Amino acid sequence: MTDVDRSPVTNWGTDFDHTDPEYAARAPEIWDELREQCPVAHSERFGGAWLPTRHADVAAIAHDTEHFSSEGVIVGEWKPEGLAPMGFAPPITSDPPFHATARRLLLPAFSPKEIDRWEPSARQSCNELIDELLAGGDVVDAGTQYAQHVPVRVIAEMLGVPKEDGDKFRVFIHRILETPGQVPEGLTYEDTLAYYLSQIIEDHRVNPHDDLIGFLIQTEMNGVPLSNEHIFGTIGLLLIAGIDTTWSAIGASLWHLAQHPADRRRLVDDPGVLPIAIEEMLRFYAPVTMARIVAEEVELGGETLCPRDWVLLPFPAANRDPEAFEDADTFIIDRAKNRHVAFGLGIHRCLGSNLARMEMRVAVEEWMRRIPDFELADPSAVRWSPGQVRGPRELPLRLLSGKTS
Amino acid sequence: MRIVYDNTKCQGHGRCYSLSPSLFDTDDEGFAVLKVDGDVPADLEDDAILAADNCPEYAIEIQLQ
Repeated sequence: MTDVDRSPVTNWGTDFDHTDPEYAARAPEIWDELREQCPVAHSERFGGAWLPTRHADVAAIAHDTEHFSSEGVIVGEWKPEGLAPMGFAPPITSDPPFHATARRLLLPAFSPKEIDRWEPSARQSCNELIDELLAGGDVVDAGTQYAQHVPVRVIAEMLGVPKEDGDKFRVFIHRILETPGQVPEGLTYEDTLAYYLSQIIEDHRVNPHDDLIGFLIQTEMNGVPLSNEHIFGTIGLLLIAGIDTTWSAIGASLWHLAQHPADRRRLVDDPGVLPIAIEEMLRFYAPVTMARIVAEEVELGGETLCPRDWVLLPFPAANRDPEAFEDADTFIIDRAKNRHVAFGLGIHRCLGSNLARMEMRVAVEEWMRRIPDFELADPSAVRWSPGQVRGPRELPLRLLSGKTS
Repeated sequence: MRIVYDNTKCQGHGRCYSLSPSLFDTDDEGFAVLKVDGDVPADLEDDAILAADNCPEYAIEIQLQ
């Protein structure tokens, strides 16, 4: 990996790098600056990449599956080739027409009514985690001791894998999303996501279970069982995609509330506002930036995008575009008009959006019910993640109140 | 007031169903289903506007007669 340019960014319009520490620290300001000065930024890094920051451009790309392929969704040195239309993690990496059929298999399990089933389990997990927090000291890490565990436990239960495997999931996620393309020294096959998936799939083949993995093994698409690559890719997707994204969103919500006593007070006095407040959290702190690979030459904002260029889709940047949102740079806890795009747009709308919303709502609701007062213990110790999923990874909070049940 | 719902634009974000369940249901795959035919009952007009104002895909429009 010696030829990879990891030098610090000096010009975000012509040489951006979303894995740069400065991007992790202050991405929202960078998006605002770019939207004003260079709304379709370019970089020669990663073999050529674009970064649009206007809502209109992000929406146009998300809706245009003819010029933009989902074959690659994580911008790094490795650029998938020859994997369309399925891609390595269907359906997020799939293009039409394969995409619709593969996605339809999964939609029922993630519909709002079906997700309601998992709410009691999520609530119980949150309370178990809060019990542990309250048994410790006054300062806790809400990122590593709370936010990250909630989605891990729920998706493990939905998939049908031991929730104790959560630590493994987090290692895979860090490797894939925060340091794409970098292979740690000394890594063996037994340490990889590929090995882990092969083991759990084999276990489900030997011992059939009524869970998502069991479903994928026995279901058919167009009258034919899913290929091994399909099963493998989809399980990997479900395992990776739902965890650090929701962890980021829960963490960012608590980071915000720690610094805004009036918003904490509002949630305590008026709990009915919570679902609307969660949507504003999603708008303001949307964690996920998706990506596409240009399939056919296309014009965007006066620039010519060439086949095989990377394009980042920063949904959080679109959510802060003043052309699309009134008072875009202000957090309004009861914002009534909120067409935010935290879960994307078009045919690739986040499959797990109903699950993520439920987990966020329950995690914030239970936290506020039991710990209504808290503050940042050390603002400088909060670490935001680089890459395409943005959230506070370490979040030390000082608990100023706490209920034991 | 009438609701014009374009199901070809709906991507199943579920915002209308969660905000205005009196006016919108979802099908088994999570796509929106409009529950009212014709005029929106007067007491649900605010819910209709809320649903339209929160649809990321601009699939819901409000028509005032």
